Amino acid sequence: MIRFILLQNRQGKTRLAKYYVPLEDSEKHKVEYEVHRLVVNRDPKFTNFVEFRTHKVIYRRYAGLFFSLCVDITDNELAYLECIHLFVEILDHFFSNVCELDLVFNFHKVLVLP
Amino acid sequence: MALSGMRGLSVFISDVRNCQNKEQERLRVDKELGNVRTRFKNEKGLSPYEKKKYVWKMLYIYMLGYDVDFGHMEAVSLISAPKYPEKQVGYIVTACLLNENHDFLRLAINTVRNDIIGRNETFQCLALTLVGNIGGREFAESLAADVQKLLISSSCRPLVRKKAALCLLRLYRKNPDVVNVDGWADRMAQLLDERDLGVLTSSMSLLVALVSNNHEAYWSCLPKCVKTLERLARNQDIPQEYTYYGIPSPWLQVKTMRALQYFPTVEDPNTRRSLFEVLQRILMGTDVVKNVNKNNASHAVLFEALALVMHLDAEKEMMSQCVALLGKFIAVREPNIRYLGLENMTRMLMVTDVQDIIKRHQAQIITSLKDPDISIRRRALDLLYGMCDVSNAKDIVEELLQYLSSADFAMREELSLKAAILAEKFAPDLSWYVDVILQLIDKAGDFVSDDIWFRVVQFVTNNEDLQSYAAAKAREYLNKPAIHETMVKVSAYILGEYGHLLARRPGYSPKELFTIIHEKHPTVSTSTIPILLSSYAKILMHTQPPEPELQNQIWTIFNKYESCIDVEIQQRAAEYFALSRKGASLMDILAEMPKFPERQSALIRKAEDAEVDTAEQSAIKLRAQQQMSTALVVTDQRPPNGMPAQPSIGPLSLVKVPSETVDSNPGDQGLTHPNGVVYKEDPQPPSQDIIGDLLGTLSIEGPPGAVAQSPQSATYEAEGAPSAADAAALVPVGEESGSVQPIGNINERFYALCLKDSGVLYEDPNIQIGIKAEWRAHQGRLVLFLGNKNTASLGSVQALILPPTHLKMELSLVPETIPPRAQVQCPLEVMNLRPSRDVAVLDFSYKFGPTMVNVKLRLPAVLNKFLQPITVSPEEFFPQWRSLSGPPLKLQEVVRGVRPLPLPEMANLFNTYRLTVCPGLDPNPNNLVASTTFYSETTRAMLCLVRIETDPADRTQLRMTVASGDPTLTFELKEFIKEQLVSIPTAPQRPQGPAAPPPPVAPASQDPGALLAGLL
Repeated sequence: MIRFILLQNRQGKTRLAKYYVPLEDSEKHKVEYEVHRLVVNRDPKFTNFVEFRTHKVIYRRYAGLFFSLCVDITDNELAYLECIHLFVEILDHFFSNVCELDLVFNFHKVLVLP
Repeated sequence: MALSGMRGLSVFISDVRNCQNKEQERLRVDKELGNVRTRFKNEKGLSPYEKKKYVWKMLYIYMLGYDVDFGHMEAVSLISAPKYPEKQVGYIVTACLLNENHDFLRLAINTVRNDIIGRNETFQCLALTLVGNIGGREFAESLAADVQKLLISSSCRPLVRKKAALCLLRLYRKNPDVVNVDGWADRMAQLLDERDLGVLTSSMSLLVALVSNNHEAYWSCLPKCVKTLERLARNQDIPQEYTYYGIPSPWLQVKTMRALQYFPTVEDPNTRRSLFEVLQRILMGTDVVKNVNKNNASHAVLFEALALVMHLDAEKEMMSQCVALLGKFIAVREPNIRYLGLENMTRMLMVTDVQDIIKRHQAQIITSLKDPDISIRRRALDLLYGMCDVSNAKDIVEELLQYLSSADFAMREELSLKAAILAEKFAPDLSWYVDVILQLIDKAGDFVSDDIWFRVVQFVTNNEDLQSYAAAKAREYLNKPAIHETMVKVSAYILGEYGHLLARRPGYSPKELFTIIHEKHPTVSTSTIPILLSSYAKILMHTQPPEPELQNQIWTIFNKYESCIDVEIQQRAAEYFALSRKGASLMDILAEMPKFPERQSALIRKAEDAEVDTAEQSAIKLRAQQQMSTALVVTDQRPPNGMPAQPSIGPLSLVKVPSETVDSNPGDQGLTHPNGVVYKEDPQPPSQDIIGDLLGTLSIEGPPGAVAQSPQSATYEAEGAPSAADAAALVPVGEESGSVQPIGNINERFYALCLKDSGVLYEDPNIQIGIKAEWRAHQGRLVLFLGNKNTASLGSVQALILPPTHLKMELSLVPETIPPRAQVQCPLEVMNLRPSRDVAVLDFSYKFGPTMVNVKLRLPAVLNKFLQPITVSPEEFFPQWRSLSGPPLKLQEVVRGVRPLPLPEMANLFNTYRLTVCPGLDPNPNNLVASTTFYSETTRAMLCLVRIETDPADRTQLRMTVASGDPTLTFELKEFIKEQLVSIPTAPQRPQGPAAPPPPVAPASQDPGALLAGLL
């Protein structure tokens, strides 16, 4: 089960956040901060999976944007990894050649997608 | 909704982006928030468009990480707007801002419901998405029924039903009651016939959640899942839009295989065959390709297939294919695949025994332990931990220790915990274990939790041969210039306790030991000082004859700490000082610590406690649990009362015994053990008296429990959670004065084993004897599992079989000692010569410490084990029945004092004894007819027929007729059944019911086994 979806840039600014578990705002900020710290320094040669608390974060980097999904430890990692890519392809299709700015100015449209 | 349409919003976003620094941004945001707030206040003048715009701005600010504590109301109210643009904004913003615990949601429930049951498809979708995103109990209760209707409705478009399925899934996770299992199982099966892959994918997600909770109800879905899988694998009827890089919906494939993993087996041979065909195709047909996405997707499917194959216990061939694949994966460069290879190999360990094949990859796995990526290192560590056993423990633990010095901090604690557990579990010899733990503390002291060093102290205390070795080791470490504080604690404790064993060696004189320990004294914190003080006191006590110089030194230290601000230290100092002036009595009070009671390792418990939480239970774990429950329990080494292995470090349990008390019993001094911890290894009657004395004097001052407990709690304060350990420490005094008590009722265990073939025969705090039996005709093979629950060996183990004359029994050699925490298996061959009800007895004894334990246990090789159920038809039954006419082949008896049982229960009872009840043979419904085959060497296979006639008016009496081709058999079987009917053996403490007939004088009763059995 997907716990949350995060889109963050390299500086850690959240571009999109979608939570499927009830979290308090303060907790959300903490999660966003931690996930960013977790993925931002990872070498591109590393795996796309990192353990995060009792779950797993599946992330993928597209240019300066990190797409992270938090899923259960037992979930199929590669399937979710491709989920991210599918989502990116859809964004790409929607904005025709998507870039971070598109997402910033059209965050309200992006939110309709997931 | 074009961008130009919301200029205000994009202007605001640009403004925020143009801010030079955080401060400016905050100012800009605050200004905007103020603006939005005032606009919301006089809502009257707000057009829907404006309202929408402000709500978006609010959400943007929220997303930037600022607190937005107003405007929720406005967002929710937009949901009820009549037009799409506003409604959509309302739904989306609500889904982002609020979670299921917000009260505002209640306001929206009605609108949401209206949208769901309304006719506007778009609104339905919006509403379903909101509910699916937020979930929540209240939504679940009020909307689930409507969502279900949408999902199965034939008039809805797939788009809506897809969302309805996911929405229902979310509601179900929150509250499983929303789906009524009875009605829904069929519907679910129908849903799986769906052609539209979108709806099918969503339904499959729902199914995974449903079956993970209750697979029984959804058996009918299993073949459909296999069908779906076939359709995808063969790429039949898959529309282009559901093909991902040429692969037919990989997600649906993964989900389908996930769902299949929740069914314990696939029984139908046809379904099984087609499933295996598909799996085989996936296993063999997945190649590495250039395109990353295609590769990922196909491997996602492959890994799920691997998991399913493991689950299904495929044939050996397919299994080894899987292991080979995994072996290939863990050697590849691609990090994701390697990671998954390691992960799945770990899972594989849990379900099958392929350990040996996996062990071949050990070197490769160790390479991954040094990978730069922490994710891979973690997997490698897990795998190494899982695959470790006696044969490779040394290598693996040494590898872990070596890695410990270079490992990053994030992993060190886990690493040291795992190394400690492995060392304990699989130590080839105990001195190695001590070496490992001391090295651990030396290398990663900060990451070694207290549990680890408490455990090593327990081991050393409980194993006499280890004590001088440990002391020498501790001394070596103390020589190092800088050592970790934990090392100071362990060394000081061990040297204080056992340093005197080495007193003859150079460098180990009390004086030298004291000096070397005291050198560390300036560097330690307050938590260590009490341990040092205890060590000093012990050293002082062991200095015989006393050395005045050393004595003065130590007394000076005690004096100094008598005014310490820390209560614990102060108390110890004061009491040790007073005690050490008592001269000879010091010796008794500070005597060596007794053995610790056996407990489950706190470490292992800690590792077990590390639970993960997932939406669906892990299929593997479920399976592992099922296996556990059917498997023999002998491996369960948990102590029965689940006492926590809280360390009893304190030699201080003795402090509170007022020295006057001891003085007042001068005669007893020679034998007194330290306070309260009077041990079960004191079987001699005299010491019993002392226990009485000791308790007696204590009770003058207060309840013994309270007195004994208070010093312990004082000692433990630093370590926390002491109460259970205290209670445990008190058990031996109160309850077990001197002997080892069995755990559980031996009789009950025996009767349970008469009915089943595996289980525990006997258990006490030191040993557990499990039994597993297989019966074939007149022969049987029993395996006795002797499990030592202790960290010390059990010696003088003896097992003697006293067979009755009718059984030939051969027990293989029983080893004389059982090593710590080990389990030995002793096969026992049984052959039945002729019918008899006598029982074989196992005379079992062992020695733990000074205590000799001897028990006589009945073995469940009883008459009914040589029966084989058989169903006979009326055509076979009546001729047989008639041909066996009258005694001695056919015996009849009226039995009185029968425990009243309803007929079906009696039938059950017969069936459990392997007497097949054949309904319909006797026209009278109050009668019962049963048949069985009895096997023995003399009688061979012999058919036995039984008829019971009950009296509906008086259930306590019945007439029984037993017939067979052998007079002894007829008699024995009749008596056997009578015993079962008269005293229902499951009733506790009634091995022989009061009304049981005296054992018939049979020749067999002369042999010792039978006599003993009678005594039992």
